[in-house]
Amino acid sequence: MSDYLLMAVSAIFVNNILLAQYLGNCPFVGTTKKMDTAVGMAGGVLFVLVLAGLITWIFDAYLLRSFDLVYLRTIVFILVIAALVQFVETFLKKMVPPLYKGLGIFLPLITTNCAIFGVCIINVRKDFNFMETLVFSVTSAVGFGLALVIMAGLRERMATARIPKILEGTAITMITAGFMALAFFGFMGMA
Amino acid sequence: MVDAFIFLLILGAISAAILGFAARAFYVYEDPKIALVEECLPGANCGGCGYAGCSACAAAIVAGKASPSVCVAGGPSVIQAAAAVMGLKVEAAEPKLAFLTCAGGTRAETKYNYLGTEDCRALAMLYRGDKKCEVACLGRGTCAKNCPFGAITMGKNNLPIIDLDLCTGCGTCETVCPTGTIKVQRGSERTLHFSMIDDRLAPCQQTCPAQIDIPRYIDHIKHGRYEEAVLTIKEKNPFLLTCGRVCPHPCEEVCRRALGDEPVSINQLKRFVADYEMNTGGHFPVSVAPDNGHKVAIIGGGPGGLSCAYFLRRLGYSVTLFDMQPKLGGMLTTAYLNTASPKRSLTGRFKGYSTSALMQGSI
Repeated sequence: MSDYLLMAVSAIFVNNILLAQYLGNCPFVGTTKKMDTAVGMAGGVLFVLVLAGLITWIFDAYLLRSFDLVYLRTIVFILVIAALVQFVETFLKKMVPPLYKGLGIFLPLITTNCAIFGVCIINVRKDFNFMETLVFSVTSAVGFGLALVIMAGLRERMATARIPKILEGTAITMITAGFMALAFFGFMGMA
Repeated sequence: MVDAFIFLLILGAISAAILGFAARAFYVYEDPKIALVEECLPGANCGGCGYAGCSACAAAIVAGKASPSVCVAGGPSVIQAAAAVMGLKVEAAEPKLAFLTCAGGTRAETKYNYLGTEDCRALAMLYRGDKKCEVACLGRGTCAKNCPFGAITMGKNNLPIIDLDLCTGCGTCETVCPTGTIKVQRGSERTLHFSMIDDRLAPCQQTCPAQIDIPRYIDHIKHGRYEEAVLTIKEKNPFLLTCGRVCPHPCEEVCRRALGDEPVSINQLKRFVADYEMNTGGHFPVSVAPDNGHKVAIIGGGPGGLSCAYFLRRLGYSVTLFDMQPKLGGMLTTAYLNTASPKRSLTGRFKGYSTSALMQGSI
């Protein structure tokens, strides 16, 4: 149990997928202008990441390894994730319309998100078992969401702050992202 | 090598089969027109149409709940494209534009020294702003910061300057302005508005029987923008040349400047810009609403008939004037002729008011 707890703390804070491993930075800048969007994106990533993590793990364990095709991992994972997200989108549209309305526009964005792919690859590279994969996927997504929500909160405050003209817009966002990464760097060595 | 090829082929085929099956099994009917209409819309998601965004607007247009002309941001080309998808005929919409009602700016005295967040909404929460004038523009540029089209800049006097070419009338500035200084209106709404006792008006404008925006045109003259000054007057009064000479100027009696030395020569300034328009030979065209398809005949081409024609034309009516005299003008040409108004100037004036010009909308 304590192993899982340690893994969770590591994935959320110490090895935060966004701020320590620099994966999935496009939505980090793109969807953090408003809190609603950031929360929606975080929810979408959580949903897709857990599904993709588990399914790619199953693919890896039962297909790639047994057929000795591990060198095809990258291309197979891309195919599986893309097909999965497409399927989930059509499925939700019909069966769970409220969830589709909430996550709908984020799902196609997530298809090509490197954070999803990165976590799937880490899961199999580190030889996690099924339970570990589940915990690592969930907590990585939580870490991703945490970074998004903090960033969105900061950027909403920035809208009313006096920012030097030269730093307005993307520049101050990049600087803030740098400081956030530094702050998360402070967790280094904890787990 | 071969097994990798076969494996990927099988995997791809299975994925394609599953997706193909899902597309049929979980098929949700969506009107293909929605996507087509949405493609026509500008995609700015400004909300000026009153819907949550461009896709919601497109859905409303396809459902017949909204006309394609609800999109205020895109301009005529977008409206026509969207209407073409729907197979509708376009009725031209008169554009809404942002309009600043305050001319005070930094001239208003302040109640306290504000050092907080540079945002009008925050400032307004503190004793309704730092200006002694409770309806003044607070000048912290919240409208400029929030304009999605970059049409507003803050001027020297801490008053927003609206670039009407960029303004799409989405109404964001009106929503964020805590004092209601910025109004988003159609031109004809302004034409039809009568000054109310609780409108934020300078005494001169409140007194003027023609309700001319006097502080604004004086400000235009001060900065040498004579054409804008003429247009500001023409907004409410088509006879600036005559009125510049014969008006008894009740505005000057209430002019606040009289408390200090003597009132501003408001009427002389009007005469000056009216003469400027006449002497430059130009005829500065006022804004005219698109044709609304109604025809109006007016009997009598005197000041009353001409004013009537002028304002009806500006509201989009097609107007025809009838008069027993060979020339238009009525009392303007006969009664005032020997007193104040030079004959030359009057002849010049009425070129602009000829019926054909009225029909063409070029007054």
